[in-house]
Amino acid sequence: MTIAALNSNPSPAILPGSGGMRGALSDLFWRRPQLLLLLMLLPPVLWLGIVYIGSLFALLLQSFFSIDEFSGLINREFTLKTYGDLLQAANLDIILRTVTMAALVTLASAIIAFPIAYYAARYARGRWKALFYLGIMLPLWSSYLVKIYAWKLILAKEGILTWLLAKLHLLWLLDGWLSLPIVGGNSLSVSFTGTFIVFVYVWLPFMILPVQAALERVPGNLVEASSDLGASPGQTFRNVLFPLALPGIVAGSIFTFSLTLGDYIIPQIIGTSRLFIGQAVYSQQGTAGNIPLAAAFTVVPIVIMGFYLWGAKRMGAFDAL
Amino acid sequence: MRSDRGQSAPLGLKIAAAGGLLFLHLPIFLIFVYAFTTEEKSFVWPPPGLTTQWFAVTWNRPDVWQALSLSVRVAAISTAVALVLGTLCAAAVSRTRFFGRETISLLVILPIALPGIITGIALRSAFSLAEIPFSFWTIVLGHATFCVVVVYNNAVARFRRTSGSMIEASMDLGADGFQTFRHVVLPNIATALLAGGMLAFALSFDEVIVTTFTAGQQQTLPIWMLEELIRPRQRPVTNVVAMVVVLVTLLPILAAYYLTRDGDQIAGSGK
Repeated sequence: MTIAALNSNPSPAILPGSGGMRGALSDLFWRRPQLLLLLMLLPPVLWLGIVYIGSLFALLLQSFFSIDEFSGLINREFTLKTYGDLLQAANLDIILRTVTMAALVTLASAIIAFPIAYYAARYARGRWKALFYLGIMLPLWSSYLVKIYAWKLILAKEGILTWLLAKLHLLWLLDGWLSLPIVGGNSLSVSFTGTFIVFVYVWLPFMILPVQAALERVPGNLVEASSDLGASPGQTFRNVLFPLALPGIVAGSIFTFSLTLGDYIIPQIIGTSRLFIGQAVYSQQGTAGNIPLAAAFTVVPIVIMGFYLWGAKRMGAFDAL
Repeated sequence: MRSDRGQSAPLGLKIAAAGGLLFLHLPIFLIFVYAFTTEEKSFVWPPPGLTTQWFAVTWNRPDVWQALSLSVRVAAISTAVALVLGTLCAAAVSRTRFFGRETISLLVILPIALPGIITGIALRSAFSLAEIPFSFWTIVLGHATFCVVVVYNNAVARFRRTSGSMIEASMDLGADGFQTFRHVVLPNIATALLAGGMLAFALSFDEVIVTTFTAGQQQTLPIWMLEELIRPRQRPVTNVVAMVVVLVTLLPILAAYYLTRDGDQIAGSGK
């Protein structure tokens, strides 16, 4: 009897297909997850593949074209002549200047970032931690142009920095610095020193965040053990903290280095008339109309960053991102 | 209990950290003072007097309004495109393992990892090869491409925390795929999407390097600012615009922070 009662109302093990177009579609996705995956991936991959990778490919292609020196028209035939132009002394100068600046900016960012990151990772707790986080995030996300503009105000000859140094009776220091070759100039806002300061300022948050992430993972007792064993603070830093923070520093340097290599607005607004790679690219494609040379110039930071990323990966920097 | 709690930092470290933070913030505060200065021709410090008249002058400038309106429209549409593409990509990458998964993550991150000038000139040379004239949509095309990554990062972090068994439970209880998405998945990822969307909006609103290559003659607000920086025409107006831009970008960042601060990965830590 019990068996008969059970059998009289059999509940189906498999639910009936839900009706309608929508139901059929839903069932189809459930049965074939690969199809759903494909449909989800298709729009973003198509967009990035066509718009972005396609454009990069177009750029690379253009660097193998050349410009006709007489007519100014672009000659769409494969040649390495444009890359040869890159090796002219003036262009090599630009590349060398940019790479030197990028290296100096990276070094200075690392030095300024370390204490902030270390304090935020090891000592800041609770509300202070949140405050530190926002204190790094807000400048990171503030408008890039406004930040540059603020420094134009600060570094101007009549601006706050000159005023401050005058109050402190330190104007001789500024004048002395400005009279130096290469780093000096008429005022800080038209010197390499100014360019350098603004680069450091604008990219600094990109260095702090990965260094802090790396330092968060260093257990505090490691530092204590080091000092218990008789190391001076300097020795602890050199032998314990610094090696453990290094992947973070390298990760941050990817940003500071790459961003400095590609920037053309900062040196244009605050700096001398001597060009950086970004400015060369911009003027070649704009006023000069020489897109092949501009394209060849952009290949330089891509190649440099390729080597840089390869080295960074070997040092384990990507785990700190 | 951790042994390092309650310890105070050495004085030198405190000074260096505080100095670093001041270095990051003081220049931005300076903008606020300059917005009120009476001086028109130079950047003289201290300001000879304070006035609010430049706010009225700026309010009546049609070029500022036009640039602002273009920037807002571009940012809104780019954010919408980035939300759709970024969420789809994040869902696909976090739910399943498939061949080429790493490549897809790389593809999404690349537009922001390479310097903006490369993205910019690549787009420009593609437009010129394909003979596409500059328009509103060429700007959006560029912006949406690098906005995908911020939405993607936020959505991926949230998907990682959302357990897949909830989706299975919903399906077991008879909901179809669309109902599950509407009532289970979407409420779970909504705040992450909102945060990602706000960051994408801020990123697009502020973008200048790629835009200079894709805008042609059109002026977004950052391009307007850049022109003023290179050839200053009316400095007080620039001061006021700079201040407003700081305030306008500040709000979405704070909102994004509060929307995601309980999570393991807070929005905006990677720009």
